[in-house]
Amino acid sequence: MATGNAIDPIHQFIVTPLAQIRIGGLDASFTNASLFMVIVLLAITFLMIVGTAQKAIVPGRLQSVAEMSYEFVASTVRGTTGTEGMKFFPLVFSIFMFVVFSNVIGIIPYTFTVTSQIVVTFALAALVILTVIIYGVMRHGTHFLHLFVPSGVAPALLPFIVLIEVISFISRPISLSVRLFANMLAGHITLKVFGAFVALLLGSGVWAAISPLPLLGIVALTAFELLVAFLQAYVFAILTCVYLNDALHPGH
Amino acid sequence: MDPVAAKYIGAGLATIGMGGAAIGVGAIFGQFLSGALRNPSAADAQFGRAFIGAALAEGLGVFSFLVALLLLFVV
Repeated sequence: MATGNAIDPIHQFIVTPLAQIRIGGLDASFTNASLFMVIVLLAITFLMIVGTAQKAIVPGRLQSVAEMSYEFVASTVRGTTGTEGMKFFPLVFSIFMFVVFSNVIGIIPYTFTVTSQIVVTFALAALVILTVIIYGVMRHGTHFLHLFVPSGVAPALLPFIVLIEVISFISRPISLSVRLFANMLAGHITLKVFGAFVALLLGSGVWAAISPLPLLGIVALTAFELLVAFLQAYVFAILTCVYLNDALHPGH
Repeated sequence: MDPVAAKYIGAGLATIGMGGAAIGVGAIFGQFLSGALRNPSAADAQFGRAFIGAALAEGLGVFSFLVALLLLFVV
């Protein structure tokens, strides 16, 4: 950024077009982000199709991963929204698998983290919130607005509560998307900055002796990032379930 | 004051807000752990709720991070 250093921690997030495609006036180029989205989709498809092809009673490694991820998301959806919410299971499972694969593939050096782009996470969050609003209005009509009017509140407080509920509902897509984006961005910048420490220390004479310390830091941070990658995907999925639960059962 | 300097100072000040989120997330998991140690059999069922609370608390801290990013790259 401002330092003018050779090591730029933001550089890894730059979207570069690999093949220029223009449709009308729109820039629809195939970028490195698109490439990694395709890789993520291929990886998920491979896991789910090849993993469940054998249907062994004693599952192998690939089959257990496929079955465990299915069971994990299914129990999360069932626990948060009840059996009624299982009709949204395909949506939640797709979102969870996409986010977790993007996050984990992004940890590998020299790859591109799709979820570190706010436009990707906001598109996912907008999909969730639009599903909530459209399904809620279709299913409950005006009763959906009871979401903003909790029962058992003193009448004098009600306008303020409704205002707070409306603001909290509007901030949902922002917080849902920015949480994932910020966690991925901050984690990758931290890794890059620690990598820069190693490079700078190696080139500074006597101080090169302590350069293994930030290197160990990178190892620990990468492990932590793996945890964050799973955690943020889980948080995204469970918040999707919570918001869908509002569409299924509005009015607290 | 130099506008660029003011921008960077503002971005730095905005990140203080993330400390509030840190307190919130720490409080949630601290309470969850103390509750879980008192009644370990009920802990697993409340795991998801602990994460919902932590995610909501973190979301508010992330807004201050967003303000810092907007100051650095957009304004």
